[in-house]
Amino acid sequence: MAAANQPLDASIPPDEIAERRWGELIIEGVIRVAGISSIVIIALIFLFLLREGLPAFLDIPLRQLFGTRWYPIEEMFGLLPLLVGSLIVTVGAVAISLPLGLTTAIYLGEIAPPWLREILKPIIEVLAGIPSIVLGFLGWIALAPLIQNLGAPTGLTAFTGSLILAYMSLPTIISIAEDALYAVPKEYRDGALAIGATQWQAIWRVVLPAARPGLMIAVMLGIGRAIGETMAVMMVTGNAANIPSLGSGIFFQPVRTMTATIAAEMGEVAQGSLHYSTLFAIGIVLFLISFAINALAGRLVGVEGLRRSRGGML
Amino acid sequence: MRKAGICGLVLLFFAFATLTAACGGVSSTATATDDGNPERAIQNKGSDTLVNLALAWAEAYREIEPEVSIAVTGGGSGTGIAALINGTVDIANASRAMKESEIEEARKNGIDPQEITVAIDALAVVVNLANPVDRLTIDQLADIFTGRITNWQAVGGNDAPIILVSRETNSGTHVYFLEEVIRKGDSENTDVFAPQTLLMPSSVGITSEVQRNPNAIGYDGLGYTDPAHEKLIAVARDANSPYVAPSVATGADGSYPIARALYMYTAGAPQGDIADYLAWVQGAEGQAIVAELGFVPLPSE
Repeated sequence: MAAANQPLDASIPPDEIAERRWGELIIEGVIRVAGISSIVIIALIFLFLLREGLPAFLDIPLRQLFGTRWYPIEEMFGLLPLLVGSLIVTVGAVAISLPLGLTTAIYLGEIAPPWLREILKPIIEVLAGIPSIVLGFLGWIALAPLIQNLGAPTGLTAFTGSLILAYMSLPTIISIAEDALYAVPKEYRDGALAIGATQWQAIWRVVLPAARPGLMIAVMLGIGRAIGETMAVMMVTGNAANIPSLGSGIFFQPVRTMTATIAAEMGEVAQGSLHYSTLFAIGIVLFLISFAINALAGRLVGVEGLRRSRGGML
Repeated sequence: MRKAGICGLVLLFFAFATLTAACGGVSSTATATDDGNPERAIQNKGSDTLVNLALAWAEAYREIEPEVSIAVTGGGSGTGIAALINGTVDIANASRAMKESEIEEARKNGIDPQEITVAIDALAVVVNLANPVDRLTIDQLADIFTGRITNWQAVGGNDAPIILVSRETNSGTHVYFLEEVIRKGDSENTDVFAPQTLLMPSSVGITSEVQRNPNAIGYDGLGYTDPAHEKLIAVARDANSPYVAPSVATGADGSYPIARALYMYTAGAPQGDIADYLAWVQGAEGQAIVAELGFVPLPSE
């Protein structure tokens, strides 16, 4: 230990220093490759999607591609019902999970006594580990009949899918939002309370704005989880490629999501056919949507917000 | 099940090389066996409905009798029967019975065609037990599934919306129903399922929705239905024809309209390898494959 405190030059012969430099170079190189590899993989995935999916955009007239009928075995490749389906299910899921997730996080982070928090937090994290297919099964067996009894024409509706997805994204939202609240320095709360704010005022005016970037990330990850989920959605939304009529019942009609379409049809489609490349085209659309969500999250959080959150955590 | 997500695509990407290598390995082993034993070939041709089933049988039979090679081609029932009459195939596949004129023609060529029923292709239309409707004509079914009729009242039921349930588009059952019921066997007809049709990834999906939704109507291979928990609709060819409930018997004798027997024809009474093969097809192993592919197996005596 004593030797380590001495200057390197004094205790180690020059050739050994050169050796260490080589070692460092190799380690740095490995870390750099690891860092870049994820970017390379994403680029490869996108290239692969483009290669397989591009024929759909080239061979199908755009007007048909954005048509209202999806019936691939008769060469009807309208993506609109699938886009609308994914949108409705996701919007419904976010509308349910967002308020529920954030209020749970606020309760856990700010209001609940420490002993209760120690019990609740691990339980919520266990929820995140439930396989989505199990939730889908639950939704199909238990939730769908319930929704049907509420007066929907069938239990297999967009709302059923939204409920399952909301439940699925809740642990993500709660966990990350709670971490963001936790990162807000205690001094902020103490300061607010010291100048006479009530607990609610301190939470609403001081803690939440300070934790905004982290909360935003929680919400975006929750949305990402919802739009990409496949199997559970396929089991409970009915998979009817129908554009629901506008109105109050819009969430209570069957829909077909983009992910479910790929999953249901990929297995039996002839490789290289127009149907095949259209499924990849749906993949491209999904990829672009998640890319847009991430970009939006980046914009909303902003450079300033990111700095503040880092400052808060230090 | 087909669970190919985005990550599946990546896997696919990386698995390509391995796959190609594996395929190469399989074909080279097959050649080695061919070289070792003199092959006995059976030519099998005909119905496109039967072609997948015939291929599955031929593949499975190859594992039992590696020396017998069965070459299966499609082309349609007519093509297969014509080839039998001309003596160029050993077994003709047909999704319809041979016509009198065809049998006469064959006899002129000194060929006595023998009909062997190998499977039944029947679909049952199912509704909830609480639904008062228990019979429909093919025309009514076509109107219901294309969305021209959307209320049960129009076919004598309650004042309630009709919920359509179907298999996914990649299912052979879906295509059969589309061709034989919605389009009534007319190749010029371009009607398709109504967009609001629920598409189920499995037979169980149809069964469970029909069992719990009083307004649902679906269809499924007879083997998948459960008369104790869902109502099987009696179907009539048209308004003047009798309504017939689906069963293996009515499917086999042709009185149930959404069913047909699938046949294999041989030139004269089958002998040798052909007789062995057909006996295997009609036996338990062959009929298990029938059920796997979504057809109705022959009644087991």
